[in-house]
Amino acid sequence: MKFTLSWLKDHLKTHKSLKDIIDKLNQIGLEVETIDDRTRFNPFIIAQIIKAQKHPNADKLQVLSIDTGQPSPTQIICGAPNARIGLIGVFAPIGAYIPGMNIILSSKQIRGIDSFGMMCTQHELLLSDENTKIIELPSSAPIGKSFAVYRGLNDPIIEINLTPNRSDCAGIYGIARDLAAAGIGKLKDFTLKVNFKKKETNPIKVSLQHPKGEPSCLGFSWIMMKGITNHPSPKWMQQRLKAIGLEPINTLVDISNYITFEYNRPLHIFDADKIHGDLLIRHAYHNEEIFALNGKKYKLSSTDAVISDTKNILCISGIIGGKNSSCDQNTRNIIIESALWNPLHITKTGRHLDINSDARYRFERGVDPAFMIPGLEIASQMISSICSSAIATEIKLLDFQNPNQSTITFSYSQIKRLTNLNISQKKAWSILKNLGFHIEELDNMLTVKVPTWRSDIKESADLVEEIIRIYGIHRIKAKKFNSGISKQNTLTPVQIHSYNIRRVLASRGMIEAITLSFISKDIASIFGGGQREFKLANPISSEMSDMRPSLLPGLILAAGQNANRGFPNLALFEISEIYTNQNPQKQCRVAAGIRSGTSKMTGSGRFWTGTDNSSVDTFDAKADALNLLENCGLKSNRIQIKRGAPGWYHPGRSGIIKLSPRIILGFFGELHPETLEYFNIETKICGFEIFIEAIPKLQKYPTRPSPLILASLHPITRDFAFIVDKSIPASHIIRAASIADRQLIQSVKVFDIFEGESLGINKKSIAIEVVIQPLKNTLEDQDLQVLSQKIIDTVLKETNGILRKDQT
Amino acid sequence: MHNIKIIEKKILQAIEETENIETLETIRISTLGKKGFISEKLKKIGTLPLTERQAHGTILNHLKSQINKLLHKKHQEIKKKTIHQRIQEESIDITLPVRNNPIDDGRIHPISQVIHEITSIFLKKGFTLAEGPEIETDYYNFIALNFPKEHPARDMHDTFFFHPNEKGETKLLRTHTSPVQIRTMENQKPPIRIIIPGKTYRIDSDKTHSPMFHQMEGLVIDKTSTIAHMIGLLEEFCQSFFETPSIKMRFRPSFFPFTEPSMELDIQYHHSKKETKWMEILGCGMIHPQVLRNCGLNPEEYQGFAWGMGIDRITMLKYDIQDLRDFFETDIRWLKHYGFPLFS
Repeated sequence: MKFTLSWLKDHLKTHKSLKDIIDKLNQIGLEVETIDDRTRFNPFIIAQIIKAQKHPNADKLQVLSIDTGQPSPTQIICGAPNARIGLIGVFAPIGAYIPGMNIILSSKQIRGIDSFGMMCTQHELLLSDENTKIIELPSSAPIGKSFAVYRGLNDPIIEINLTPNRSDCAGIYGIARDLAAAGIGKLKDFTLKVNFKKKETNPIKVSLQHPKGEPSCLGFSWIMMKGITNHPSPKWMQQRLKAIGLEPINTLVDISNYITFEYNRPLHIFDADKIHGDLLIRHAYHNEEIFALNGKKYKLSSTDAVISDTKNILCISGIIGGKNSSCDQNTRNIIIESALWNPLHITKTGRHLDINSDARYRFERGVDPAFMIPGLEIASQMISSICSSAIATEIKLLDFQNPNQSTITFSYSQIKRLTNLNISQKKAWSILKNLGFHIEELDNMLTVKVPTWRSDIKESADLVEEIIRIYGIHRIKAKKFNSGISKQNTLTPVQIHSYNIRRVLASRGMIEAITLSFISKDIASIFGGGQREFKLANPISSEMSDMRPSLLPGLILAAGQNANRGFPNLALFEISEIYTNQNPQKQCRVAAGIRSGTSKMTGSGRFWTGTDNSSVDTFDAKADALNLLENCGLKSNRIQIKRGAPGWYHPGRSGIIKLSPRIILGFFGELHPETLEYFNIETKICGFEIFIEAIPKLQKYPTRPSPLILASLHPITRDFAFIVDKSIPASHIIRAASIADRQLIQSVKVFDIFEGESLGINKKSIAIEVVIQPLKNTLEDQDLQVLSQKIIDTVLKETNGILRKDQT
Repeated sequence: MHNIKIIEKKILQAIEETENIETLETIRISTLGKKGFISEKLKKIGTLPLTERQAHGTILNHLKSQINKLLHKKHQEIKKKTIHQRIQEESIDITLPVRNNPIDDGRIHPISQVIHEITSIFLKKGFTLAEGPEIETDYYNFIALNFPKEHPARDMHDTFFFHPNEKGETKLLRTHTSPVQIRTMENQKPPIRIIIPGKTYRIDSDKTHSPMFHQMEGLVIDKTSTIAHMIGLLEEFCQSFFETPSIKMRFRPSFFPFTEPSMELDIQYHHSKKETKWMEILGCGMIHPQVLRNCGLNPEEYQGFAWGMGIDRITMLKYDIQDLRDFFETDIRWLKHYGFPLFS
């Protein structure tokens, strides 16, 4: 909502400065968004060209002598084609800031002759796009005086960011009323001086056709005026409209705009001679069309309210007028309507036709129902005085009932209860009264009548807000908020895990990313998504149409983009939600990461030691995943690694991490070559996904650890190598060796894998290191022989593995 | 005995000329060893005439001790020389770089960092962390929060919708974290003190808007908390978050459908060296009585306040980040630059 200071002062008697007014507006909840004090127009002076000679060294330039009101004329060089003796225009002296050129004017020589200023074009003052001809003012313009004052460009423009509840301040009068209540001045009374004779009866008939349901029209008033002239509107009106960003059109259109902004009262003026027969307020027929004032054609639906004559739709009620009945310079006779439209209808129609007009803005927020008729009277009065010798008819009404003021029972104690503010009862009541509330007091209880322009006020909390915003929120003294230490768990297991995982992954050299929750349909399908229930009905683009079923695509896309920028090696992770049918919330929290190129934990790229600059592999991703789980309290002996990861992984180089046969903790592995091909990625990428909700709650450490018992005997290490079928997983050998003697065998570690023809077809050798911890007695050679044989036998039994004979 | 002298000279010279431990040992064995030259000579002393025995013995023992001394000295010399040589050979270029510690490469996203910073402040004040679904119903996102259908306030929440399901229900992506307020009030008896961080969505994309963004809000419900407490808490929060007790703040009346009275908190920041500007950082207010009623709480008995802020925006403010969209662009250079090292 924009207005100018002088316009505000039409309704507010105040001596306060602009700054005071701005501060107060902010204080009372009318947030000032922009202020244009327009001091930039101050240097410009009305001046006349008194001499013009051709520049001796340039064909298109003239040397001008300018009368700027000073005793001696000023010499300038000017290239404008319309510069001539006698022209009165706008002069910018040396030192003036020229907004259209963004420079400060300095004296200079142009082709050898001094120039001490310039005559300005419209564009140089940012008044229009005209940038070749200099401004020409009428001969009445006062030479030597301020151009800003002459043009009304010195009036500061204020824009407030109006919250949806304050429709009353969508009119300048309402803003003045609020400021007056806040002590910034006195609201000026406005009295209607009806200076024309309502001698004629109103010949226009209006009828109303309500379909079932909520009525679209809650009141309608109209008047007819005859014999008007519709010239351009007066200069003062044009200046104000221009200042708030409205283009003046003709007096009638300008007056209706003016009243819209001044009193929050949109109205519509029809050219009576363009109307066929009587008016009908009805709903549009399906696909009925209207050519609107904004130059666009609209196809209406049967929920849109319109005003029509016997032939055509004349306007979309409360939103926009039609071209066919609009007023132009030839208009002589008019019908003005002022109505109350149902906000629900206005919002619906406005949204589905996508029309944002000043009228819609006001009707959907709510206008003052009591101002419907005064608005019409003000309009006819302005038209009568500006458009000369008008004849007006009486005002007619349809379906209008004087609005009832709603009442609220309010007690003084509510102020203290909600705000802890100490304000006297007298002060509080006077604030409400100044805002237009009617108060009847009985003991400490009030019956408060809400003014018709404040339909947003419904209960006592609303009244408390009115009191504190006018009194000043800054007068509420802050109190320390003490709630004590929470006795519940302040964080859920998922929150604790998320916190830990983020730090574990960062400690492994990975960089956290946050990618968008939506991806394209095709990508969603690759990663198991794309179901209808996760598809947006109104996506921003087809690249963002589906809620993601996995975090990997976002990270892979990121890897691709970074590779294109020259960074193919990266380790990224994200902790976010994915969207799935697997639980009622339709989402679950996942930690996922990828490593691309050579980005291993020890760093990426080549290193002078020459070791290990190969590309990432499955075990880098597995290490990330297992380390993450370990730090969430899941030791590797509690989890199982199985084949069968989802299709976006390489089937031979990926795995599922399970807590039990039914509980899946996540997946890891190299990405499927086809997946990467879809993303146009040439480097290898390995990744993992962990479902954080599946990780058991972190066990709290016992308050005291169990006593530490250190074995007094040396551990013994023995190596074995077994030849097994290629398909036997290493984990089976480890397990078999471990269970050979659960007490003595402390750990089993794979230290070598070998495949070669010498072993036979489809065979491999797995070498393990077994650490044996004697418990009570030192183990003799014989004991070790027995234990070794037990290991060999168990491995044979469990895996068909045969001890490799060539070992030493 | 004349040849002893010659032999002595020969042996001592041989030792002197030796350059490695092994040769030295050979000399020792061939002279002082069990079957060595000197040992053999000493064994034979008994066969000599008595008159010669003593003189002979003295000479031989003298020679033995001389050889021993020299052997020891030479041994030390060679050892020292060998170590010196080894050290020479083992010398390396100590200016070569070391491997990066992975901890130095890792980064935490600025938004995660700020969520953590804010959460820590409120956890210390006795709040718990609450979360909720991002795919929401119209009821939780709007109706229960006192946004009636067709209300103009909904226009500020440009909403992403899903296709209607079999039941004709149209779900949406939450436009704010406030539905979690409702879900909490429905499930938990006051007193309630929660903070709610999370992702939110609106159809918007420019320098200061992204279709996905982050909010953090807080909710306090009990029988005694007032605007004065709210102001106290939020002022304390700002001082703590921006790490300065002298931060300038102002509360301004505003409007949110789910709070009444409502206000916004502005803080003053340096726009340029000379100019300071007010910047809105959060919205807040007393819970609207209708919202309490919607959750089955009697507004005559219970009261409380809520506040909400855009995490992305205050992250930009605190860490001087210019474009909101960069948060989600995943440019590795940006993430490394603005991301937080693990120990920061």
